[in-house]
Amino acid sequence: MQERRGQAGEAKSWSEGPKLDTSPIHGLWALTQRDLRKWYTNPYQLIISLVQPVIWMGLFGKALNFSSFITGSGAPPSVANAVLLKYFGTTSYFSYLVCGMLVFIVLFTSAFSGMSVVWDRRFGFMNKALSTPVSRGAIVMSKILQSVIRSLAQAAVVLLIGIGLGMETSNLSVLGLLGAFSVIFLVAMGLSGLFVMLSLRSSNWQTQMAIINLLNLPLLFASNALFPIAIMPAWLQSVVRVNPVSYAIDALRQMLIGATGINALWVDITVVLGFAVFFSGLGIVMSWRLLKK
Amino acid sequence: MTTEASTSGLARQASGRVILDVENLSKTFGKLKAVDGVTFQVYEGEIFGFLGPNGAGKSTTINMLTTLTPPSGGKGEVSGYDIYKQPGLVRRSVGVVPQDYTADEDMTGIQNVLLCGDLYGMPRKDAREHAQELLELVELRDAENRNVSTYSGGMRRRLELACGLINYPKLLFLDDPTLGLDVQTRAAVWKYIRTLKQEYHMTLFVTTHYLEEADSLCDRIAVIDHGHIIKIGTPEQLKSVVGGDIIVVGVKELEPDLSATISSIPKVKEVKKNGNDYRIKAEDGEEVSPQIIDAIRTKGLHVTKISLTRPTLDEAYLELTGRTLRDEEGDKWSMMSQRRTMSTARR
Repeated sequence: MQERRGQAGEAKSWSEGPKLDTSPIHGLWALTQRDLRKWYTNPYQLIISLVQPVIWMGLFGKALNFSSFITGSGAPPSVANAVLLKYFGTTSYFSYLVCGMLVFIVLFTSAFSGMSVVWDRRFGFMNKALSTPVSRGAIVMSKILQSVIRSLAQAAVVLLIGIGLGMETSNLSVLGLLGAFSVIFLVAMGLSGLFVMLSLRSSNWQTQMAIINLLNLPLLFASNALFPIAIMPAWLQSVVRVNPVSYAIDALRQMLIGATGINALWVDITVVLGFAVFFSGLGIVMSWRLLKK
Repeated sequence: MTTEASTSGLARQASGRVILDVENLSKTFGKLKAVDGVTFQVYEGEIFGFLGPNGAGKSTTINMLTTLTPPSGGKGEVSGYDIYKQPGLVRRSVGVVPQDYTADEDMTGIQNVLLCGDLYGMPRKDAREHAQELLELVELRDAENRNVSTYSGGMRRRLELACGLINYPKLLFLDDPTLGLDVQTRAAVWKYIRTLKQEYHMTLFVTTHYLEEADSLCDRIAVIDHGHIIKIGTPEQLKSVVGGDIIVVGVKELEPDLSATISSIPKVKEVKKNGNDYRIKAEDGEEVSPQIIDAIRTKGLHVTKISLTRPTLDEAYLELTGRTLRDEEGDKWSMMSQRRTMSTARR
């Protein structure tokens, strides 16, 4: 009797599972957490990813003192300030560079978002996830989301380091910071969407590394991250103008250090928003076709 | 209520209701026909084995049935849902234990099972209770809070099994569940599979290239080769195609061919010459063997070895496909270790 009851109880619990959440985003946060755990449980990765922007700011930013170029030639500081203001929109090149570095860290973090897709394929986790009812779109979104969260955290650290190294803070405001991090959120979303999309069919990390290298440096150098657009040759200017990274950096400079922008702020934000929506949307649409064994 | 549940469980087993219905299912990769029109049914409550060498189309079939790969042609119904038109419902109703170790090494055992629960959209509370129950079943409760990176191969395989069961599936797909495992662990995995069938009335679809795994575990077996199903039946039915004992005799001299001489011995049904060896099928092998030795000696030739085997699935497989599983190319290392494992397990 006892035995029978036990058996029947088991049969019951197995035949009727609980009611399942069937919303298209179920599992999204679980997948995101899984990726984030790898990041925050590995402090080395966090520290190493910060080395590059710190070197750029500390060495490059400090060495390249545009102001002393001009004053060194005998011109008074007022001329130097006027020249800097004309080309950079601000008198502090270092502050100018910090804003570029905020997007630089986002770019490098996002570039590796596709890598985790490749790893998941390699280790079979992707097939496992695909055999569950979790939506393909949620898989792609989780990859984008984890990269966005990492980008926001790392950009915050870079900003703090930048301030510590002497970034101009007189123009910082709560609203400006909120706006800046919204822009970082959007540009991270667009860039991660792009790199995740490029990794959907790939199970080869060498190919993925090649793609990262192929896109990373052009996206960085063909932007206004390091130098103002006005001093570039015309052909390069036209490339910089289609690079969404430039718009994000331009928006950050206006909101964080009160620099005079290349474009109106609303133009920058609209372009970055469009970029984010387009590539994360495209990533989701592509996942329906490409995420399979 | 309780009696109802148990009787319905028994009734299901007896009813022979079809839970997996596959008709003419095909998959083509470029020019390669990986699966070439397979048709079969799996009944509720049985362990159905898919037996074949590496590259025969086993994994591709499982991938199609679990909606990972879209089929190129044919029809498949899993738990009454069309694999092509209702992939979401199929995924929700079945469990999958893939060939690879898919658990996240940076997470603990229970975190991995709970992650699977999340992917099925299970409420956390139910998932936690069920995860503990499953880890109990696969005897991993003691290790559930350890990172998977510290697990042995066998523990990982058991963890995969627990993950595949989290959504209370009635049908579980296992793709080569004992690949590369040592003897004890394989036996343990078989035990769990039997438990799932007997106590939880589950249906299990198992692919394997271990003959004796198929023999001892499966209620019915489909032998698949080059994307075709060659025969479906119970292990006994498959073995009966051999139709007698198998005697293998080695003769020192390659010439002359003794096939005719051996064939003339009463009760010998068939002789095949293969190099220095003769593969003889005979009724009553114990009685026939000495006669064969005598016949060879009378010819002035030397017997180097002789062996007698009762029909096994191995022989049946050879009979059906014309090859042994060990002839297959593929991963040499795993094949070698598999063979070793098999011979050890047989003793």
